[in-house]
Amino acid sequence: MTDAAHSTLPTAALIASRRNSPANAALVKRRYAAERRFKAFGIGALILTGTFLLALLTNIVGKSIPAFFEHTANLEVKLDPAVLAPDGKVDPATLKSADYASLTRATLMSIVPGIEGRAARKSLSGVLSSGAADELRRRVVADPSLIGQTIKVPLLLSDDGDLYMKGQDAGASSVPGIGTVTPSDIKGSITLTSTDGAFKSLVDDLTKAGVPKDADTGAIVLNSNLPSRLVAINGGLVKLQSVTPDGATGNVLLSLKGNEAASGPAWQQTTYSVPEGRRKTNDQDVAIIEKVKETGAIQKGINWRFFTSGDSREPELAGIRGALVGSALTLLVTLVLCLPIGVLAAVYLEEFAPKNRLTDIIEVNINNLAAVPSIVFGLLGLAVFLNFMGLPRSAPLVGGLVLALLVLPTIIIAARAAIKAVPPSIREAAIGLGASRQQAVFHHVLPLAMPGIMTGTIIGMAHALGETAPLLMIGMIAFIVDIPGSLTQAATVLPVQIYLWSDLPEVAFQQRTAAAIVVLLAFLFAMNGAAIWLRSKFERRW
Amino acid sequence: MENRAVDLSAIERIEAARTAQITGAARPAKVVAEGVDVYYGAKHALKDVSVDVPDRGVMAFIGPSGCGKSTFLRCINRMNDTIPSCRVTGKITIDDQDIYDPALDVVQLRARVGMVFQKPNPFPKSIFDNVAYGPRIHGLSTNKTELDQIVQMSLQKAGLWEEVKDRLQDSGTSLSGGQQQRLCIARAIAVSPDVILMDEPCSALDPIATAKVETLIDELRSQFCIIIVTHSMQQAARVSQRTAFFHLGTLVEEGPTQLIFTNPKDQRTQDYITGRFG
Ligand SMILES: Nc1ncnc2c1ncn2[C@@H]1O[C@H](COP(=O)(O)OP(=O)(O)O)[C@@H](O)[C@H]1O
Ligand SMILES: [Mg+2]
Repeated sequence: MTDAAHSTLPTAALIASRRNSPANAALVKRRYAAERRFKAFGIGALILTGTFLLALLTNIVGKSIPAFFEHTANLEVKLDPAVLAPDGKVDPATLKSADYASLTRATLMSIVPGIEGRAARKSLSGVLSSGAADELRRRVVADPSLIGQTIKVPLLLSDDGDLYMKGQDAGASSVPGIGTVTPSDIKGSITLTSTDGAFKSLVDDLTKAGVPKDADTGAIVLNSNLPSRLVAINGGLVKLQSVTPDGATGNVLLSLKGNEAASGPAWQQTTYSVPEGRRKTNDQDVAIIEKVKETGAIQKGINWRFFTSGDSREPELAGIRGALVGSALTLLVTLVLCLPIGVLAAVYLEEFAPKNRLTDIIEVNINNLAAVPSIVFGLLGLAVFLNFMGLPRSAPLVGGLVLALLVLPTIIIAARAAIKAVPPSIREAAIGLGASRQQAVFHHVLPLAMPGIMTGTIIGMAHALGETAPLLMIGMIAFIVDIPGSLTQAATVLPVQIYLWSDLPEVAFQQRTAAAIVVLLAFLFAMNGAAIWLRSKFERRW
Repeated sequence: MENRAVDLSAIERIEAARTAQITGAARPAKVVAEGVDVYYGAKHALKDVSVDVPDRGVMAFIGPSGCGKSTFLRCINRMNDTIPSCRVTGKITIDDQDIYDPALDVVQLRARVGMVFQKPNPFPKSIFDNVAYGPRIHGLSTNKTELDQIVQMSLQKAGLWEEVKDRLQDSGTSLSGGQQQRLCIARAIAVSPDVILMDEPCSALDPIATAKVETLIDELRSQFCIIIVTHSMQQAARVSQRTAFFHLGTLVEEGPTQLIFTNPKDQRTQDYITGRFG
């Protein structure tokens, strides 16, 4: 056995010949193949991640863009003294509580004639935002001398009106009518009759589109899954329900001025190509919005309100200011607590603490704390800060405290790493010159570690800014309209606001959710950018 | 004739003084170590070292790597205090004052005993601030003019003034390696220490920078008691008047440099200087 092993011991010549053998060449080839494979995997992973990120960002940014714009109707409003100051008194209290909505309604009525009945009135009031009158109120309260005048005011559209203007419209189009049509009445359910087959082309169109004729009456019956067909006649608008070549029945959306016969281009045939069943706005709404649109009064503008107002039940009025201020206050508390405590803890552990079991345990536990799920900190906050210490719910103070617990380990770890990275030669130089340990740390080590500490702090703060779960536990999830003015006032924060909005059914809120996410991401990117900038600016090579 | 005799005696006296200065024998001891032992935890790094370091002049510690030269040097300004596992026993006095006396303020000690390290380690601050740091923390200047003067004087003594006088606000780390080391020497002498410890101050420098630092050490020896650790025997021979040879934690022998290099008493010294080990 030993002999055999001895006899096969390779000689130098044998090894050299193996080195040049074809088997060796194959080995080299395999190595190249393995390297190529590794590179391909790496690039593949990068492309995959990049694609996901890009898809996510384009999706969110794309969705958010409409939320940064709003539509207003620039309308002439008559500031009727009878409404604003019914008993002739012009004092701020009266002016503030006056019924401005009735003024804007009156304006709309004058633009859109023929509003009759509950449904029409409801649609009319749905065109403008419930906050539209606020601008009017602001102006009048600021300048009561306007009362009695007619002024042009930008009135905010409602979320549905706004969305309609942003492209979720009905695809309205009109063609001049051919032939003569006589309406039976000016409102309600009416029939339109024609002696010269005015609806023949419409019937042909519908038949071609495959809409069946009713077996009994021979008329074509329209429904909400088909494009809406309307007739504009005598200053009003009739939505057709059934059509024969010689007549049609329908509902009046905007009442007619009279029931005399109209012929030729005097009446028009209107189509809303998007079926009613597939829109948020019904035909009545569309009829009114289209009328307002026709006046050319609707303008698109940047939605500054999104950044200047607090939350609202109305999407067009909702903004993130409250959440931003809440986040700022919360982060302020976090920073003020975390930075000094974290840095001093790190300095103590790194520079002064005796190396023994206790400091080892502390060290391990700090690292463990950094890995604790954030919701646990929320529970802790709920138990300690709210239930035991009795601090107010939903307050930035408590949010900041909880987030401070969350971020503290991160900052301590980052600060310790930064302090450790300062070469010992600097400490030795200072101590060799007769600096005390503390002087060496505070004069030399800490300033040199500061960029690293700041980087860690900013990243920790960015982490805190995006944190939601622990704040839910301490009640920062309430619906809060007011912009918080102090640390103990109820507030919400940006990620929680996003969470709240994302739950709401309105399309406009979905867009605002995306917009708020974009704002949050912008802040996070800015903070991380600042961290990277700090790191590269103050990076030292020893 | 009379004149000539006087001349002769004068020459003799000068000669004697020169010898004394070169060997350092006639000078009173500045640093005295008696039976110093150093332990790093259980490791006995320095065993029963006793040595007298004379005032003024340069004493070199030589010996193979790991023999405890740095350890002993760091005992003299108590830098070893910063190493938790390190324990020093025995007695070291400077000017007859026990530096391990519990009543002694270690910060004050380090102001009296400056140190220059192996790798140049200027603070990443301006050249001015580097030199001014010692005087500042020890409150050695009462106003800005004085501080300016101290900085200038120190840089002049370190032979760096001409090179940096126009760029005192530049970072100390922007200097070349040799300049940085001279800056560290200037920083050490800015507090006017009695003793300067140098731990292989030239080992990170190129030959030209080394020559400059050696010249500087030679100039400073008339004002300071300098102890230099070096692993270069040529350097020890060039700059020192006395040499101590360490081996495996013990001080093997100590004496005038010329004597150590020409006529060592111990076989181990003989082996080391002839390059048989090291
Ligand atoms: N901080 C320390 N901890 C433990 N052992 C050390 C420490 N510093 C030095 N030593 C040991 O002490 C011995 C002497 O070291 P040192 O004085 O640095 O040698 P030299 O400077 O002569 O090369 C070496 O064996 C070294 O391993
Ligand atoms: Mg050494």
